[in-house]
Amino acid sequence: MPETALLLILVSLPFAGAVAAGLLPTHARNAAAVLAGAVALTGLLLVWAAYPTVSAGGVLRAEFAWIPALGLNFSLRMDGFAWLFAGLVTGIGALVVLYARYYMAEDDPVPRFFAFLLAFMGAMMAVVISGNLVQLAFFWELTSLLSFMLIGYWHHTTAAREGARMALTVTATGGLALFAGVLVLGHIVGSYELDAVLAAGDRIREHPLYLPALVLILLGALTKSAQFPFHFWLPNAMAAPTPVSAYLHSATLVKAGVFLLARLWPVMAGTEAWFLIVGTAGLVTMLLGAYVAIFQNDLKGLLAYSTLSHLGLITLLLGLDSELALVAAVFHILNHAAFKASLFMAAGIIDHETGTRDIRRLSGLNRSMPFTARLVLVAAAAMAGVPLLNGFISKEMFFAEALSAEAPLGLLNMLPVAAMLGSAFSVAYSLRFIHGAFFGPDPVGLPQTPQEPGTWMRLPVEILVLTCIGVGVLPAATVGPFLDLAMRSVLGDGVPGYSLSVWHGLNLPLLMSVVALAGGVALYLLLQGRLRSEIEGEPLLRRLEGKRIFERAMVFLSWRLARRLEGIASTRRLQPQLRLIVVVALLAGGLTVWVRGVGPGNLPPSPVDPVLALVWAVGGACALGAAALAKFHRLAALILVGGAGLAVCVTFVWFSAPDLALTQLTVEVVTTVLLLLGLRWLPQRIQIPGDGGPEVLTHARRMRDLALAVGAGGGLAALSYAVMTRTPPQLLAQDFLARAYTEGGGTNVVNVTLVDFRGFDTLGEIFVVAAVALATYALLRRFRPAPDSLEPPIQQRDQLSAAPAEEAPATARPVADWLLVPFTLTRLIFPVMALVAAFLLFRGHDLPGGGFSAGMVVAIAVILQYMIGGTAWTEDRLAWLRPRVWIGTGLLLASGTGLAALGFGRPFLTSYFGYLELPFIGQVPTASALIFDIGVFALVVGATLLMLVALAHQSVRGRRATSRALASPARTERTLAAAGDD
Amino acid sequence: MELVVSLAIGVLAGSGVWLLLRPRTFQVTIGLALLSYAVNLFIFSTGGLRTGADAILGRGEVGTLAEFTDPVPQALVLTAIVIGFATTALLLVVLLAARGLTGTDHVDGRERER
Repeated sequence: MPETALLLILVSLPFAGAVAAGLLPTHARNAAAVLAGAVALTGLLLVWAAYPTVSAGGVLRAEFAWIPALGLNFSLRMDGFAWLFAGLVTGIGALVVLYARYYMAEDDPVPRFFAFLLAFMGAMMAVVISGNLVQLAFFWELTSLLSFMLIGYWHHTTAAREGARMALTVTATGGLALFAGVLVLGHIVGSYELDAVLAAGDRIREHPLYLPALVLILLGALTKSAQFPFHFWLPNAMAAPTPVSAYLHSATLVKAGVFLLARLWPVMAGTEAWFLIVGTAGLVTMLLGAYVAIFQNDLKGLLAYSTLSHLGLITLLLGLDSELALVAAVFHILNHAAFKASLFMAAGIIDHETGTRDIRRLSGLNRSMPFTARLVLVAAAAMAGVPLLNGFISKEMFFAEALSAEAPLGLLNMLPVAAMLGSAFSVAYSLRFIHGAFFGPDPVGLPQTPQEPGTWMRLPVEILVLTCIGVGVLPAATVGPFLDLAMRSVLGDGVPGYSLSVWHGLNLPLLMSVVALAGGVALYLLLQGRLRSEIEGEPLLRRLEGKRIFERAMVFLSWRLARRLEGIASTRRLQPQLRLIVVVALLAGGLTVWVRGVGPGNLPPSPVDPVLALVWAVGGACALGAAALAKFHRLAALILVGGAGLAVCVTFVWFSAPDLALTQLTVEVVTTVLLLLGLRWLPQRIQIPGDGGPEVLTHARRMRDLALAVGAGGGLAALSYAVMTRTPPQLLAQDFLARAYTEGGGTNVVNVTLVDFRGFDTLGEIFVVAAVALATYALLRRFRPAPDSLEPPIQQRDQLSAAPAEEAPATARPVADWLLVPFTLTRLIFPVMALVAAFLLFRGHDLPGGGFSAGMVVAIAVILQYMIGGTAWTEDRLAWLRPRVWIGTGLLLASGTGLAALGFGRPFLTSYFGYLELPFIGQVPTASALIFDIGVFALVVGATLLMLVALAHQSVRGRRATSRALASPARTERTLAAAGDD
Repeated sequence: MELVVSLAIGVLAGSGVWLLLRPRTFQVTIGLALLSYAVNLFIFSTGGLRTGADAILGRGEVGTLAEFTDPVPQALVLTAIVIGFATTALLLVVLLAARGLTGTDHVDGRERER
């Protein structure tokens, strides 16, 4: 298989499997497990297929252009080291899938679990075989995100949610730092390609930006590998299902941090800063984790802290400036993955079969689960570093390194002691795990009667434990070649001579091992009393709980600080916010004028025409009147706004913009009707002379607002005068004018612009209008009028009481009966208006008109029927009028026209035009833009009617609600809000 | 003529801003309507005020700015008018719904404490 395909499949197959698993039915446990198992095994086979190339010292590569402009490629690169990790990810992955099939309960949504697990596998695989650092950072964050989903899998429990959030907060923040660090590193090297970075070791270490890059990258690696002081998220992540803990929190995810440290070790390690940060974090974590692990009562908690400790050990080894230490670290990564994954699985088995993981409640399981007990015995012994097991060999290497480490600080003198201490702690907690769970008297009061688990559930544990023994007895024959391969790819020719064997003769490390073993046993015996007591947590360090500090920091950041900032800088009140916007706009405008200056332009002002001046005298008065009356006289204000709108309309006509005038006029009518319909639901407000007179504060506030309004108005007036007296820039206009007919096929340039040149904008616009109409409709479906608006308004009641008594109120149409002449005229005018609309629509491409104004005319025609005829009468006769169908048709027509152009091999929304000769009518312009315009027309009709009708319907519903509410008279009290506040 | 139109824009904008800062929802709605008139007129005026210029090309004609009005601001304003209508409708309905839920037509959903 070509290597490009192999690498690509290796990365993409898990993601494809994740999507497939996510699409399975909720309870398809077997199907999902088979799928996941097949994906993991295929991955393992692919990794194995890469072995010949890798073992010959070759590197598999695949590269695809991603953002070539930035020098970024999607590149995959598998050398020996990446190969080793890829094997770990797929191999342990396959075992975990098998285990999870039997661990997960039937009523859990198992396909979702496997979907996340597979996606995680893909992300992890991509991290280890990324050939590009930016890409690595991306997949790194993806693993954080997927680990969040997996920890929070049982999201109904608080522990899962909090653990997931904490893990994400810590590791994703670290990932962000890593990304920044990678960018700095890329800046130093001049490339983000791993090959280039690995070749530039000296340049990196000598660069002035080395320290920032180092700190940022270490932040990423140390948070991911849960090193002190970021260790606290890992124990809290134990709320995840046990297969997740076995996979993510022992074998893979947490190893990503140390993977990165080892990957960059040749180019970044060896400096004092590296030793100080990495070494110290590793040392502290190793001791702290091992110490706290002894006092954990939860089996998984014990394993979690033990994982911290072992990760600390690996980190410490990576911190030392020695190739041999690096070998020991990588070797221990493998060993730890084997024994810790099997122990996690065993803890899950115990939990599964007994119903508890509390060491104090468990006891004597050796008799009921003999086989499991022996497996755990071996795995825990490997964890403790007992000879003939894999943990022993890497521990011996660690001791040897601790003894011979050379670094500039005296701190190292205590390293052998610390190593022994950590090892003794590790013996103690391993003993506690075995002794507490499997020995002693028979357990009492367990939730379930313990028994051996199914064969298949035990199989993964057996395989892992066998590995531990195999590596422990014959290290050179089993893991030797793989380790050698990985080390050669990291260190090149500089691989030091090391010997993988059980017996190195009587030497100091062996003596240290014996002391640690004996010390651990003694410690465990000494602590018996304390461990059996009910006291939770460990002595001495209980106060220093990272979780509590984290939570306090979160509360401070996300709550207290946010509230305080909001109190200072923000308000929930609308008026100050709007005032601020206006002030900022004024200041911005003022600043520009102050810096650049402003004045009348080069054009002489045209003479004032008294007619338009008169129109605007009236229009301006209308605007001022509306401003003054909008509070107490809403109807009057609405009419005055209409007056101002008419003045605008006249201005458009005056200055040669017939299309605008037409649209403005029709929209004006519809807006007014809409606001009229809304008036009904607003509270009565009557101005009582003398009451609520402006207080001093209010008066000052009004003066301030007045100043702002005058400032804004004056500023805008000055600005427009300055603009109008300058020659307008000829940007697009000339182009549009020249091409409107020759290429757009229409003589009405504005319309051609809308449906052709800027057709995409119009398409976007009609989608917005459709969304707004549907939002309006949705909001009104849930509309509940205020109690004081429930009662029919006084006018309506008068009309109803005047209606003939024999007629039931529901069928009464007071308006139609009273206004018989307008009613008849409205009915007559309906077809005429429809004709006008059609006229406007079809001539729109050549003469003023078009879809917008035509649609508005139809909407006006219909709303007239509603106003005079009443809702019930109109809807009986206009049953074909379904606004939502119009909206849908319009959108489909408009986007369909655009897509049709694609069918002819042209870009989206390209239009075609020609003239059609029709009998009697003559030449009709038939551009494909016309179909687009018909779409616009249909949409405008539908959207406008949907809004108007939905609002008008509230009166009908309101009447029904009123008849219900009137039954309970207490709710019909009317509130007269006559407050004079402003 | 430029003076008249710019004064008109100023008066519309001033009234609009004044109403925008008032506490009652209906005042804000009316204020937005007035403000949008002002802004539409302003955008329109950037193409220059032309009386008696042609807006419609002849068949087969290649137009020039010397004889025709600038179509770009007009197209912009036409779109703005329609969108303005849609947003006014949405604002009105949101305000009505808020009034139904809170029982007051104050913009903050509750009366100001005195």
